[in-house]
Amino acid sequence: MTFDQILFYVFSFWFIASSLAMIFSRNAAKAVLFLILSFFSAASIWILLEAEFLAITLILVYVGAVMVLFLFVIKMLNIDKSTLRAKFAGYLPLGLIVAAIIIAEMTLVLGGNQFGLDVVAAPARHAADYSNITVLAMQLYTTYVYPFELAAVLLLIAIIAAITLVHRNELNRKKQSISEQVNVQAKDRVRLVSINSPNKENK
Amino acid sequence: MGLWQSFVEVVHELIPWFDGSIATILIILIKAMALVMPLMLVVAYFTYAERKVIGYMQLRIGPNRVGPKGWLQPIADALKLMTKEIIFPTKANIYLFLLAPILAIAPAIAVWAVIPFDEGIYVTNLDISLLYVLAIGSIGVYGIILAGWASNSKYPLLGALRSASLLVSYEIVIGFALVTVVMIAGSVNLNVIVEAQKGSILHWYWVPLFPMMIVFFISALVETNRAPFDVVEGESEIVGGTHVEYSGMTFAVFFLAEYANMILMAVLAVVMFFGGWHSPFEGIPYMESAFSWVPGIIWLLAKTSFFMFLYLWVRATFPRFRYDQIMRLSWKVFLPFTIVWIFVVALMTQLHIGPWF
Repeated sequence: MTFDQILFYVFSFWFIASSLAMIFSRNAAKAVLFLILSFFSAASIWILLEAEFLAITLILVYVGAVMVLFLFVIKMLNIDKSTLRAKFAGYLPLGLIVAAIIIAEMTLVLGGNQFGLDVVAAPARHAADYSNITVLAMQLYTTYVYPFELAAVLLLIAIIAAITLVHRNELNRKKQSISEQVNVQAKDRVRLVSINSPNKENK
Repeated sequence: MGLWQSFVEVVHELIPWFDGSIATILIILIKAMALVMPLMLVVAYFTYAERKVIGYMQLRIGPNRVGPKGWLQPIADALKLMTKEIIFPTKANIYLFLLAPILAIAPAIAVWAVIPFDEGIYVTNLDISLLYVLAIGSIGVYGIILAGWASNSKYPLLGALRSASLLVSYEIVIGFALVTVVMIAGSVNLNVIVEAQKGSILHWYWVPLFPMMIVFFISALVETNRAPFDVVEGESEIVGGTHVEYSGMTFAVFFLAEYANMILMAVLAVVMFFGGWHSPFEGIPYMESAFSWVPGIIWLLAKTSFFMFLYLWVRATFPRFRYDQIMRLSWKVFLPFTIVWIFVVALMTQLHIGPWF
């Protein structure tokens, strides 16, 4: 067994173990942490496959941003665990069926009959100066530039839609005008009044 | 370099298992230790420098009791923190409570692996080192979020919420600011970025990207939770933020992580905008040859020290921002500005302006 293979099995073990732990964990925050560990294991396997750009992007996008927001939401929500667990076992048959269908489909599409060593030759190792990101960028910005731009526009539309959904009318909320706050002058806030004190005249 | 090459060969001969993979790992470990040990020493003396500099700026003397001129103060601080008791809050989640400081310091040190100190002096020459810096740097936020959540206490939770939203927003700004550098250099490899700034002080990217440098520096202040953006700790509002329940060495680890991150951001600013290891006298007749004996790492460290000093200067100068003002700065000022500047840089690239494009 070569060292690469040992690394592959170590990362795969952690990938599977952390994914299982994520599913079986009762604490939502711990589940998110196990999910992060499984992302890291997947990224490590991708780096073994010389797809370092994908691996780093997985960590940058999912671990660095998406999972932070997940943890954020979990902290903010007060999850009532008893209602969640009440019908938990009732979902088992349906869940098993869905899982079986997904496993069957993935075996058909990604299994040995499609991507086995007898169908697709084992990829050759690239030289040390092989740049994964350059190759990927050449493909994305030349051959697939229109699908790439379309995907970007689609994401932009999704962002605008999300903001529009939660945007309320101006009437309903109190709003700070920060430029007004910053530009405030002393004379706007403080009024100095000279009052003739009646006590003075008595003395 | 010749000595190091022969040392690597000897190690590979002594440990031949797995085609030399074990020897390679051993070599990497030695390199990492050679980097982390001085780094921790710099962190320790950076805290001393901070107290001295801020002291003098506020017309005080600063620490001057332990050792000559207070030079042993960081050592004394470290000993004190190591011998202090670690208190666990009763209702805290112990595992996550202990995991949080580890998650804070591990990325802060791991990022240093790709920083080029001189031509050919680095732990690893990763082809996508800038993306690696951004990706690993973004993990540091988990230390703070978990610290706030696992402490099971009010103020840490508030601090964690603040930091989570702040770091995520400013990561976008930092990403956009660094994209302009990548556009000019044409690579995400830090070594190539520094190499592309060769020439003279005017070839460094601070000239065409001056606004981006300012944006990067201010965002770096937020990313490292430094004053005037240290609302995560904000003593006057939320006591001490995420660190409230931490004591002894667990607190010290957070402290180390924060300072290691600060030094990292200073080095990144130098690598991205100030020509990395290149001498400022390059391209000037007589001066270039007069200073050619200075190794590049000295220039890099000198420029880094300047940025580290800026951190302290800013801390001693500005009052703390209000939380919503920091958010507004990120989304409504910096983000549109950086996006506009990306188009400006694209235009400059097309018109081949100056020596940079």
